[in-house]
Amino acid sequence: MLNNVIIFVLSAFLGTEVLSKVPQTLHTPLMSGANAISGITLVGAVVAAGMTGNAWASWIGFGAVVVATINVVGGFMVTDRMLQMFARKKSGTPSDVDAAKAATSTNGTA
Amino acid sequence: MKTAIIDLAYLLSAVLFVFGLKRMQSPVTARRGNQLASAGMLVAVVATLFLYEVLSWPMIIAGVAVGSIIGMVLARKVEMTAMPELVAIFNGFGGLASALVASAEIAQYTGGSAIELSAFDAVSAITIGLSVLIGTVTFSGSIVANGKLSGWISGNPLSFPGLRPLTALLVLGSFGAIVFMAVEAGGFPAEIQPVLYTVLGLGAAALLLGIFLVIPIGGADMPVVVALLNSYSGLAAAATGFVLDNTALIVSGTLVGAAGLILTVIMCDAMNRSLANVMLGGFGGDDGGSSGVDVPEGKTVNETSPDDTAILMSYGEKVVIVPGYGLAVAQAQHEVREMAQLLEEQGIEVKYAIHPVAGRMPGHMNVLLAEANVPYERLYEMDDINPEFSTTDVALVIGANDVVNPAARDDEGSPIYGMPILNVDEAETVVVIKRSLSPGYSGVPNNLFYNDNTKMLFSDAKEAVAGIVDEVKALKQA
Repeated sequence: MLNNVIIFVLSAFLGTEVLSKVPQTLHTPLMSGANAISGITLVGAVVAAGMTGNAWASWIGFGAVVVATINVVGGFMVTDRMLQMFARKKSGTPSDVDAAKAATSTNGTA
Repeated sequence: MKTAIIDLAYLLSAVLFVFGLKRMQSPVTARRGNQLASAGMLVAVVATLFLYEVLSWPMIIAGVAVGSIIGMVLARKVEMTAMPELVAIFNGFGGLASALVASAEIAQYTGGSAIELSAFDAVSAITIGLSVLIGTVTFSGSIVANGKLSGWISGNPLSFPGLRPLTALLVLGSFGAIVFMAVEAGGFPAEIQPVLYTVLGLGAAALLLGIFLVIPIGGADMPVVVALLNSYSGLAAAATGFVLDNTALIVSGTLVGAAGLILTVIMCDAMNRSLANVMLGGFGGDDGGSSGVDVPEGKTVNETSPDDTAILMSYGEKVVIVPGYGLAVAQAQHEVREMAQLLEEQGIEVKYAIHPVAGRMPGHMNVLLAEANVPYERLYEMDDINPEFSTTDVALVIGANDVVNPAARDDEGSPIYGMPILNVDEAETVVVIKRSLSPGYSGVPNNLFYNDNTKMLFSDAKEAVAGIVDEVKALKQA
């Protein structure tokens, strides 16, 4: 228990240190990316759903697996979608920009 | 041996999360960072699956499959304007998952023998209680935040007599329930039935609490609420980590908790309001009241047209665009990019000034403009762009209001006094594209609209900018 508290406190400092330098431009992706990481509860959900003989516990665990997976998969994918828009271009010429735009619209429908 | 491997795998995933988040410090490395973080998640889940003894594979595979499909569809379909709503919902799911995991832990003890029950001590009772409380509040609060952002709940602060005492009562009741669980767990052999009912009661109270906490907060403050709920969803995961004695959950949950809290503080600072002031609610609401173009007595408004604005900008040297939520609502970001590009081709310098609370979540404007292919180097934060307004020919305000209201700087009696703003009024000419003279979310009238160097373009943002684009093109050919 005490170990866990130590880990908690140190992680809080680490998080504050690493994250306070994120620029305003990336705050939305940061939020959705961090949100996906909070889906780490999936690990707990897998334990709850899969490692008990108790029917109630498994079904509640099943529900937890579903919502946690939505959180993880959806969160990482939507963050990637946003970051791809940031990463693909420097101040490009108009034709670059249009090519990139065409590329995204194909990705979007894929 | 097995536990050692699992612990090392969790350590690896925690390291990947930290590296991933660290790469979020630059747009160039951010995408890679997100991929690293997802790899960390994969490591943690795979290690758990293969190193613990899984009794029911079909259930887990089905759960993951269903969740993945729903998640993928949501992530692909969402419009960039609706990103805050989606993040709110994801936060809610994260919280719900944590609450469910903690509940499953309690459920496991039902029908257990006295020996199994002996593992249920006061510490696990408290951690389970906290996990259920935080997780459920995150869930119901996020649903309400989603409703307010997407409009199926009114954006106005909603309240009823007795809301505050009732909220206080629910908080007290929740903590009482947790204390009861801890006391009950201490008595050996512990009775599980009363604990089970207490957890159910706690869940119900937390569900109401989440609703009551968010419902009195106005739509304009939802960015702060979403950031705070983001922090809660992390804390819920960390609490679940305490329940399961799982390091991966504690570390990652706490990282997310820190991220959400930092963003919350940044947003509050940018509005010059304390977190307590935001959470107490009652501030601002949807554009209601006077939606017409009623000019107050003794003041005059200079109206302009898209054509005149185009001419004005074409003869300038430097244009600063100030986007606000109105731009997002009108989906005008592509037209704005086209306009900026045309102006740049004529050698006019174009910059974007982004206020920290522009849009409906931190950094929302940046995402919308990135979607429209605006290079991120053109986007300037408030402190960087403010000194430049005095050398700007045209400041084009599109659907922003409170963040350019000089009252925040000059009028000590104003409710928004002290909020840092973009000093657009220092520009040679300010053109404000807006549908009416109505006040912004704060409900505070904006005197900028009546300044001598301000011209109002009453229109939908998209139509107005499209009109400007046409005229700039026409001017170029002429």
